[in-house]
Amino acid sequence: MTSPASPSVTRNVPDRLQSSFTRGVRSWEMLLLVVLVLVFSANSFASPYFLNVWNLSDATFNFTEKAMIAFAMAMLIIAGEIDLSVASIIALASTAMGLAMTAGADTPMIVAAGIATGVACGAVNGVFVAGFGLPSIVVTIGTMSLFRGISFIILGDQAYTNYPKSLAFFGQGYVYWVFSFELLLFVLAAIAFYILLHRTSFGRSVYAIGNNATAAQFAGLRVVRIRFILFLLTGLMSGIAAVCLTSRLGSTRPSIATGMELEIVTMVVLGGVNILGGSGRILGVVLAALIMGCVTFGFGLLNVPGIVMSIFLGLLLISVIAIPRLLAHKFKRA
Amino acid sequence: MTPVLSLRGISKSFPGVMALSGVQLDLYPGQVTALVGENGAGKSTIVKVLTGIYQPEEGTISVDGTAMRFATPGDAAKAGVTAIHQETVLFDELTVAENIWLGHAPRGAFGLIDRRAMRSKAVELMRSIGADLDPDEVLKDLGIASKHLVAIARALSIDARVVIMDEPTAALSHKEINELYELVETLKAQGKAILFISHKFDEIFRIADRYTVFRDGQFVGEGKIVEVSETALVQMMVGRSVDQIFPKRTHNVGAEVLRVAGYNHPTEFADIAFTLRRGEILGFYGLVGAGRSEVMQALFGITKPSRGACMIDGKAAIIRTTTEAIAQGIVYVPEDRGRQGAVKGMPIFQNVSLPSLAQTSRGGFLRLAEEFKLARDYTSRLDLRAASLDQDVGLLSGGNQQKVVIAKWLATKPRVIILDEPTKGIDIGSKAAVHEFMAELAAQGLAVIMVSSEIPEVLGMSDRVIVMREGRIVAEVSGEQMTPETLVRAAAGIQEAA
Repeated sequence: MTSPASPSVTRNVPDRLQSSFTRGVRSWEMLLLVVLVLVFSANSFASPYFLNVWNLSDATFNFTEKAMIAFAMAMLIIAGEIDLSVASIIALASTAMGLAMTAGADTPMIVAAGIATGVACGAVNGVFVAGFGLPSIVVTIGTMSLFRGISFIILGDQAYTNYPKSLAFFGQGYVYWVFSFELLLFVLAAIAFYILLHRTSFGRSVYAIGNNATAAQFAGLRVVRIRFILFLLTGLMSGIAAVCLTSRLGSTRPSIATGMELEIVTMVVLGGVNILGGSGRILGVVLAALIMGCVTFGFGLLNVPGIVMSIFLGLLLISVIAIPRLLAHKFKRA
Repeated sequence: MTPVLSLRGISKSFPGVMALSGVQLDLYPGQVTALVGENGAGKSTIVKVLTGIYQPEEGTISVDGTAMRFATPGDAAKAGVTAIHQETVLFDELTVAENIWLGHAPRGAFGLIDRRAMRSKAVELMRSIGADLDPDEVLKDLGIASKHLVAIARALSIDARVVIMDEPTAALSHKEINELYELVETLKAQGKAILFISHKFDEIFRIADRYTVFRDGQFVGEGKIVEVSETALVQMMVGRSVDQIFPKRTHNVGAEVLRVAGYNHPTEFADIAFTLRRGEILGFYGLVGAGRSEVMQALFGITKPSRGACMIDGKAAIIRTTTEAIAQGIVYVPEDRGRQGAVKGMPIFQNVSLPSLAQTSRGGFLRLAEEFKLARDYTSRLDLRAASLDQDVGLLSGGNQQKVVIAKWLATKPRVIILDEPTKGIDIGSKAAVHEFMAELAAQGLAVIMVSSEIPEVLGMSDRVIVMREGRIVAEVSGEQMTPETLVRAAAGIQEAA
């Protein structure tokens, strides 16, 4: 290279400017951790029953099922898609479990029926969105009605209640001392999704698609296949959540898990996942799940009505999201 | 005769690019002035200055001898300047009359829209241009030609004195073009001044009275059409070779790598056949819309050709997806860098490793150290300037983004690299770096295809040039035949001078 425009001196561009510690301190997760500590301390002062291991253990059931789905939903939203049918998938998967039970299936078969139904529902969403290229918000609003509708047709105002005793372990069992099976599943799911999203090339592709799907396709990524897999994963996690919830309640009604999809999306967004896709981390979703669990439990102990809880969570969501942006905006102007 | 509209010393620059420097333009009542120039000569910029979309940094615009400022599109409209754009901007869900009057509809009592007046005036306007459309018809039900007439009616609805037509015949059929010529005659007879922008010489010589030539954002000349020949006009357009230094190249052309035969697409291109050798830079020249990018994207597995075959190293290659193209060693640096090239929002090193994740990861698990190494190796070869490899690509300048995109492809160790307008919109320094690098790649035995609309670049870099026009290959030149005149003539469809 001889032209003056490109000097032969090799310029040294450093790999990174900030250490991982600095990035950690300035992260969204750090903000969530502060909020979590505040909520936790406030609750400890507000009620004498809060700091009791068995009570806290009970409280984890507030968020474990939702969080399992939220991890998969986070990946889906990072990739620029969304699945609003998750709660309806639970209803249909739970109904399938009831059908299997009525047909005389044993516990492993009942569990398999629930999970398989979840995966099948995910595949339906995936075919419409990834295969036919339809907008996911439209497709999953449609399947949200469709899946629950099928459940209503099968059950009407009836309910399945005679589940075998051995099924109860999934939603009520404890693996060790105060640690429930659901809590174990939550931890395992968090680790699995952390690895999948942050440590594999599949996870990297998810970010690339969420930031710029066209450029990702131009870079040779199999965009359609990855989107399809993400819907399958969300269906799978909804199926697993359906098994836990059905086991915990010991019954199936078509109205099971109504409105849960919005709580899950709230959890994901509170966790720092950009609703427009492209960024977000699993750790944030874990912290958001813990915060929401703490708030629900704490308010429950204080006999605060459910509607006030919703108002508080709504305000929390808006302020956690809005305050950093408003501050950034203000500093930019100044 | 005095001009209606007169521009003097107009300059307009964008970061890194001087789009117009001190140009002049005069438009006379009842006359058609053709504005000619290569892609990038500044034609579209001057249209935007005339319609108040861009404000020039220097220069004066005078209407009837009085200096004016077009601060907004509204100001330009008030002065009676109107434009019919390349892509007509209309609203599919509105009716013909609503489209014509949107924004300046006739008002009745209480400031409400007077629909009756709107309809009757729309019919009147359309009659004046010989169009017979139902004013209540919804636009989406009309054909392209009728939509075009609506666009023209809309342009004339502001009582225009100056009408700008920016490549008005690009989307029209032969019959519609003749109708447009009649319309131009009608407008001339009404005393309107017309600025006619076109690449097609037959059109220019048929309907224009005067011409103005721009080259590289500068005014080159003007005069009466009857006093100029096609050859003289072409020479003014391309001028002397621009003072730009291209790297010296060792021509070291090897064995054939790629052979494309009979590539056809239902709408974009037809009968595409060419070969490419190792160490060769093959230029693709043509006007914007000649189908060059579409052919390249078919080669890269983005658009699917309906027929045709592609051979790599003498073996038939099936390319249906980008993944397959990359596996075959064909990579594509797109023209639309922001949308198709760089993944903005992701750091540099992740952009570079994106198509090579299979190499940098092990068993599907990422290895960051390998990714950084890959990114460091290839970006340093391109002299990338960035704060760190962890920096968001979106924060880099256009030239440095382009370097990241090229680095990303080189890391896949391709056999054929296709660069689509590789230096469009990037600064001079980065341009030279990209040129140098292309020469280096060819010297290393890579086969390079360069799609470019810049004549100096095509001539300065290529071993061989293929010219495309309206989806077909119309010329293939090499050696001494590679002159600006041959390229421009072939691209514009001018027959060889007798």
